[in-house]
Amino acid sequence: MSADEKTKKSRVRMKEQTPEGRIRNFNEVPFGYTPEQAVEEAGRCIQCKRPQCVDGCPVEVDIPGFISLIKENKFIESAHKIKEKNSLPAVCGRVCPQEEQCEVLCVQGKKGEPVAIGTLERFVADYEAEQGELELPKLPPKLGRKVAVVGSGPAGLTVASDLILLGYDVTVYEALHKSGGVLVYGIPEFRLPKVIVQREVDYISKLGVEVVCGAVIGKMLTVEELLNEKGYSAVFIASGAGLPLFFGIPGENLNGVYSANEYLTRSNLMKAYLFPQYDTPIKKGKRVAVFGGGNVAMDSARTALRLGSEEVHLIYRRSRKEMPARHAEIEHAEEEGIKFNFLTNPVKFIGDDKGNLKALECLRMELGEPDDSGRRRPVPIKGSEFTIDVDLAVVAIGAGPNPLLLSTIPDLELNRRGYIVADEETGKTSKRRVFAGGDIVTGSATVILAMGAGRKAARAIHQYLEWTNW
Amino acid sequence: MFAIIKKEVFSPEVKLIEVDAPAIAAKARPGQFVVLRIAEEGERIPLTIADFDREKGIITMVFQEVGKSTVYLGALKEGDKLANLIGPLGNPTEIEGYKKVLCVGGGIGIAPIFPIARGFKEAGAEVISIIGARTKELLIFEERMNKVSDRLIITTDDGSYERKALVTEPLKEILEEDSSIEKVVAIGPPIMMKFVAKTTQPFGIKTIVSLNSIMVDGTGMCGACRLEEGEETKFCCVDGPEFDGHKVNFDLLISRLNMYLDEEKASLEAYRKVEDK
Ligand SMILES: Cc1cc2nc3c(=O)[nH]c(=O)nc-3n(C[C@H](O)[C@H](O)[C@H](O)COP(=O)(O)OP(=O)(O)OC[C@H]3O[C@@H](n4cnc5c(N)ncnc54)[C@H](O)[C@@H]3O)c2cc1C
Ligand SMILES: Cc1cc2nc3c(=O)[nH]c(=O)nc-3n(C[C@H](O)[C@H](O)[C@H](O)COP(=O)(O)OP(=O)(O)OC[C@H]3O[C@@H](n4cnc5c(N)ncnc54)[C@H](O)[C@@H]3O)c2cc1C
Ligand code: SF4
Ligand code: SF4
Ligand code: FES
Repeated sequence: MSADEKTKKSRVRMKEQTPEGRIRNFNEVPFGYTPEQAVEEAGRCIQCKRPQCVDGCPVEVDIPGFISLIKENKFIESAHKIKEKNSLPAVCGRVCPQEEQCEVLCVQGKKGEPVAIGTLERFVADYEAEQGELELPKLPPKLGRKVAVVGSGPAGLTVASDLILLGYDVTVYEALHKSGGVLVYGIPEFRLPKVIVQREVDYISKLGVEVVCGAVIGKMLTVEELLNEKGYSAVFIASGAGLPLFFGIPGENLNGVYSANEYLTRSNLMKAYLFPQYDTPIKKGKRVAVFGGGNVAMDSARTALRLGSEEVHLIYRRSRKEMPARHAEIEHAEEEGIKFNFLTNPVKFIGDDKGNLKALECLRMELGEPDDSGRRRPVPIKGSEFTIDVDLAVVAIGAGPNPLLLSTIPDLELNRRGYIVADEETGKTSKRRVFAGGDIVTGSATVILAMGAGRKAARAIHQYLEWTNW
Repeated sequence: MFAIIKKEVFSPEVKLIEVDAPAIAAKARPGQFVVLRIAEEGERIPLTIADFDREKGIITMVFQEVGKSTVYLGALKEGDKLANLIGPLGNPTEIEGYKKVLCVGGGIGIAPIFPIARGFKEAGAEVISIIGARTKELLIFEERMNKVSDRLIITTDDGSYERKALVTEPLKEILEEDSSIEKVVAIGPPIMMKFVAKTTQPFGIKTIVSLNSIMVDGTGMCGACRLEEGEETKFCCVDGPEFDGHKVNFDLLISRLNMYLDEEKASLEAYRKVEDK
């Protein structure tokens, strides 16, 4: 390959469904690279001696390493290289906020566009999966000790697969009837096909992890019982941040006002978009308002379009610059025709005489002084009230810790916001033999951070059980 | 697991099933519920645990066929298996420390009031029960209620059995006669619970109602089950299902229960079409 080609400024783009076409279906938007495209894009990586990109990856994937294997057409080996650090590359390649993590630090980004690390990652992971059954690693002899994991999101799945590979018996207890956490109930099919999540869950089951769905810990079994009666040596809590937050403004309980959790769960987990073939119904609004500026809001807005809504407004109290969503999702949403209303906040939901939502009263905002997060605080402009007609609203303004489980563990230390206090490096909590990680410790974060927490905790659990019997 | 061990048909629309669910039976307490899914395409529906047997590892549910899922459930036979059964969910009824209580069950609500009445009885309280149904053939659990009640009053709307009245009539009479009743627990259609609460309010007696708002997860994750108790928004599944009847906004509850009327109709019609074939 000529030096010229290597330093090509712009990256190879994935083909994707057209905006007009894709808002009529729930299929994944981008098609992924072809092998030729992958090799071409891999060619843009100059194999830095001290690769900056790796510093941006929370789990330190050997990025130049896996990319150089792509250049040599060694796709399977490349996938294995990633999996040394990241057991869910097909997921992370799709949903990591690369523009803030690995890709933002790529030297190629200084002159032109950074190398498409995420897209390459998903390519090799998909390629490996298409080759048929994954080869199972050889398991070490059993240690004869059991660990229980509460929650089957990315943190729980990671700790489970790491521990089984160390020789523990592992049981994952999941409250919902399907495992995968936010990956199945929250992130929509058009962004993360559910077969990919299922593949990962099947894989850890094949390794021998026992996954028990429909088991609400705190209700059916308590953590105390797991530790004392059921014989688990340790428990890892990875129950996520699954408590929906609302504004607390008048009219919020009208019919047609959903939390994003409910809206997305109905659509993704319960497959309401296939109603009545699937039994769970979902309201299909004509004019929809979605509140928030993160991934959850983007996913809700784009789901509404696909369910057939005519007009979907995104309402965000800050400006575009402050939106925490992945850039790719914001762009996709714009292309699909979502109407963005920045510096706007609702003050009241208005209903008809049957208790159904019919309109929304909002206020315009302006940006004032920076707040704790360093972002300029939005302040309402007096007298700027206006109403818009909507028959469906989705509140996606964040999540909190669900108290259902935590309230049953009185000796577990929680922080001011109700999340578990756990050591960042080990996941150790204030309660002996109880570890925690993922969103239930950090608050809503990212898939890769939750996985990183799972990985560190697996190491720590092993250490404690082996050496100190903690 | 989750096999239907026994099925009883009380009336064309009201049925009882006993299901093999040892882990739930081990923990179940009066007032709690389960969420079940019949098949892969099925929705998650909540049903109250009407009885449980820890030794045999079974739980009992009594349900009324009102839409696709409950009609489908009613068509299952002994030996059939449910796809999922999740529980026990919700908070148990507060049972200890009462000398005299009054339990009111209306229609299908008689089934879930039964373990509560029994719980009170076992905890040493004197239990007066009023159970009512639209008509004789819809009256269930009479014998069971008789066993756990010191006094049992039965009403039917049409007078086809026992006293022709709504449950609120004997309720009012008893409260007027007897000032030693410490607590009323009522389960039944929302409109019945609303009027029970209205009836007891002037007497200032603590009145607990068990609410049946629409649910998805049943674990506090989605907020589908929101309702208002006083000024506060509560989640029925985790804050309840029992609430202070004098504070509940019943009109909101009823309006939210009607949210999917069109969809429910479409769902049942689609199911009937398939069944007819
Ligand atoms: C709509 C949406 C879109 C997102 N998009 C992105 C994205 O593009 N990129 C990204 O990196 N991150 C994204 N995130 C964030 C990311 O999904 C989370 O940070 C991550 O899933 C956290 O993983 P976790 O394992 O800690 O918890 P979760 O994935 O939340 O899993 C927790 C699991 O625990 C179960 N559980 C809870 N309580 C109990 C109990 N008592 N007993 C048994 N089980 C229990 C839950 O049912 C759940 O399955 C998104 C989040 C949402 C909601
Ligand atoms: C805590 C709780 C305990 C309950 N216990 C019992 C019981 O012991 N016996 C019994 O017969 N019924 C009980 N119900 C009501 C029962 O869940 C509904 O009748 C059932 O979900 C209806 O489903 P369907 O598909 O047959 O009817 P649909 O056609 O879907 O709906 C008929 C009506 O049922 C209600 N409903 C629909 N979907 C749900 C849902 N997901 N969650 C709750 N309500 C819904 C609505 O009011 C609706 O109008 C309980 C509900 C709750 C919340
Ligand atoms: S795991 Fe995420 S951050 Fe790390 S290299 Fe892959 S896409 Fe980048
Ligand atoms: S910084 Fe960019 S060019 Fe350098 S190794 Fe990483 S991906 Fe390749
Ligand atoms: S049913 Fe989802 S929060 Fe209660």
